[in-house]
Amino acid sequence: MIYLDNAATTLQKPPQVIAAVVRAMETLGNAARGAHGSSLGAAREIYGARVKLARLFGCGDPSRVIFTQNATGALNIALFGAFSPGDHVISTDLEHNSVLRPLYALEEERGVEVSFLPADRQGRLDYDALPRLLRPNTRAVVTTHCSNLTGNLVDLTRMEAFARAHGLRLFVDASQTAGSQTIDMEAMGIDVLCFTGHKGMLGPQGTGCLLLGPDVELKPFQRGGSGVHSFDRHQPQAYPTRLEAGTLNSHGIAGLSAAVDFLEETGLAAIAAHEAALTRRFYEAVAAIPGVTVYGDFEGPHGAIVSLNIRDYDSAAVADALSETYGIATRAGGHCAPRMHQALGTEARGAVRFSFSWYTTEAEVDAAARAVAELAAED
Amino acid sequence: MLKKTLSLIVTFDETVQALAAEARLTAMGLPGRLIPVPREITAGCGLSWKAPPEARAQVLAALDAAGVRWSGAALLEV
Repeated sequence: MIYLDNAATTLQKPPQVIAAVVRAMETLGNAARGAHGSSLGAAREIYGARVKLARLFGCGDPSRVIFTQNATGALNIALFGAFSPGDHVISTDLEHNSVLRPLYALEEERGVEVSFLPADRQGRLDYDALPRLLRPNTRAVVTTHCSNLTGNLVDLTRMEAFARAHGLRLFVDASQTAGSQTIDMEAMGIDVLCFTGHKGMLGPQGTGCLLLGPDVELKPFQRGGSGVHSFDRHQPQAYPTRLEAGTLNSHGIAGLSAAVDFLEETGLAAIAAHEAALTRRFYEAVAAIPGVTVYGDFEGPHGAIVSLNIRDYDSAAVADALSETYGIATRAGGHCAPRMHQALGTEARGAVRFSFSWYTTEAEVDAAARAVAELAAED
Repeated sequence: MLKKTLSLIVTFDETVQALAAEARLTAMGLPGRLIPVPREITAGCGLSWKAPPEARAQVLAALDAAGVRWSGAALLEV
């Protein structure tokens, strides 16, 4: 199989990640629940992962690295913890449902107001429209770093400048870029960073992170066991426990920690360069094929994603043909990105998404481009 | 095994601070280890740092220098 569905999850993981999970499952107890060796082992593993992730993402305080189940978990904790009735939030048409649905729920259930920065037919945001969306009660800009459909990167420098100029918080969903693009919260002015561990981070599923800037305060999203302040009726206020109720996934976190080691040893710059080269190679090959429509802006900075349609075919039929005939795994349909599809005009038939990782090879990309050409040329 | 000795007990509000203390103090080669918080004192976190009494000044100075937030320090027979 040629696996090109890395935007959904990376299939191939570094061997040390798998070894770390196995070792954790064989040895770790429940962190922060005792002072015996196996409990301390888990606590040390988790603490070590916090330190590494804080360093990797420019988060000054490891206690502000919050472990979650995935990016969706991180985003729900962040969005529900930050906004109150009467607040206004600016988001974008590029967002995944992991941002959109919490925001819609906040609108309906809490009276939070939400505006969306529009995108054009190439998925490019209209940054000039930002000032028009501003209201006296605007509290934050909530944006993805990279569209999970087009692969267009958001200009975080511009978003940060706008947010800072108007005293707004900057929330960033880095699900498609964490592990392959350099992200420094402090240097980039990011207040809240959310991502999943199982995509570009190359860690296990069931891991995610929420990283908080130094003066960000979020209300607890869940309440429960913490191993600290056991006789207090309320969730402890100190981070990370304020936002981490219940037993943590120490097995998965051990894998994520090993993945961070791999990323640092390999180098994010090398990973970004490899993925950019593959993306450019695939884009140039398929964009030249008659009958193929490629979505997105390939003039600007881009993630490791190329989405396309062939003639007037249903994207699901194309993905199925790629899988059944060529053994190529892609993702068809709506990609949990309804506003992006609406902006592209592809809501009726979706699109076929090809997405690459550190482990994708040029030969695989070339084979996928040949398959697209054959399907496009079929009578 | 349960014989008591006078010890420095440093407590914390958060597990993450206890782990940060362990990482820092161990890296510096200072004596001590994490133990369950003795019943004589209360603390938010169930883990405390136990060290010889004479290490008190050195341990607390090291924690302060590293920005590790500790909530209490007591000399106890534990």
